[in-house]
Amino acid sequence: MSTGGVMTVAVWRGGPEGSAFQEFRVPGQKSQTVLDVVIWIQQYRDPTLSYRFACRVGMCGSCAMTVNGVPRWTCRTHVKRVAKTGRIEIAPLRSLPVIKDLAVDMDPFFEKWVAAEGRFHPQRTRDQPVRETKPQTRRRRQADAAIECINCAVCYAACDTVAASPDYLGPAALNRAWSLLNDDKDSGTEAILAAAGAKGGCHSCHAMGSCTRFCPNELDPMASIAGLKRASIAAALKRKG
Amino acid sequence: MPEVRLALLQKLTALVMLPLVAGHIAVMIYAVQGGLTAAEILGRTQGSLAWALFYGLFAVAVSIHAAIGLRAVLHETLALGGRALAAVTWLIFLGLLALGLRAVWAVTAA
Repeated sequence: MSTGGVMTVAVWRGGPEGSAFQEFRVPGQKSQTVLDVVIWIQQYRDPTLSYRFACRVGMCGSCAMTVNGVPRWTCRTHVKRVAKTGRIEIAPLRSLPVIKDLAVDMDPFFEKWVAAEGRFHPQRTRDQPVRETKPQTRRRRQADAAIECINCAVCYAACDTVAASPDYLGPAALNRAWSLLNDDKDSGTEAILAAAGAKGGCHSCHAMGSCTRFCPNELDPMASIAGLKRASIAAALKRKG
Repeated sequence: MPEVRLALLQKLTALVMLPLVAGHIAVMIYAVQGGLTAAEILGRTQGSLAWALFYGLFAVAVSIHAAIGLRAVLHETLALGGRALAAVTWLIFLGLLALGLRAVWAVTAA
């Protein structure tokens, strides 16, 4: 259902060899997300436009882009909220290499998850019974608070420390590490603390808070990183004592 | 030096500086109430082991704290890393320490 309005949408086009914004005129709809706008451009104006999406309901974390200078999940960002002047500027996420147009290479992002020990370290085999988890313990509540990350890389793109320092693991990876550190079923405590205390780990964070400000799932990676800092320093003191 | 030790050292030096900064400011406000001359300051500080220790500790804490902080700034703004970063950090630390202790010596030596 068209509302009759037409908006100007500037879309970042090109790859590493050269790029610029290209403008499109897109009809406004009554209810329309930024992802809807990108899909419309690809379907009706330029089928070569490259971008990434899958679920369209804020679960898969693949459609994040920079909208009017702000990193957002585009499938859950309504045009009404960002196109106050009738113009939208859509660019790829910051701090990740652009493959083409709006699609970035997520490899460095996920490599840092691995480097941060953001993978599950099992204690038991599949033949053993599952370990019981008590949901009300402090540790479990801390693990739960950080666990709903959808790997969209919005926090990573929002982080000025990531932008300035390519070896910094970034908020998403460290948030994941914090969740695992508090998980009684995970046995990687030492490995996680070693990664957090190493170069580019949690102590590189300046607590500027962009991760927490822009996380679309309203997680608090800055608090997770603060927790890692405390745990890492406590572990270092314990080793000495 | 591992990052976690640097982080710990920076926090510890911040803790040391907290009461020292408060003491420094308090004495400064108290001392200028009736006007102040260089001779009066030197009269109080020269030959005083207490003031030498107070500002000596201050100079050491500042040198460590600032060198670690500037190390992070240099790493992020100039992309310095590895040995170059370590060398510059040591240079900043030693430079600040030399300047600080020289000043402490100048006002507290009898």
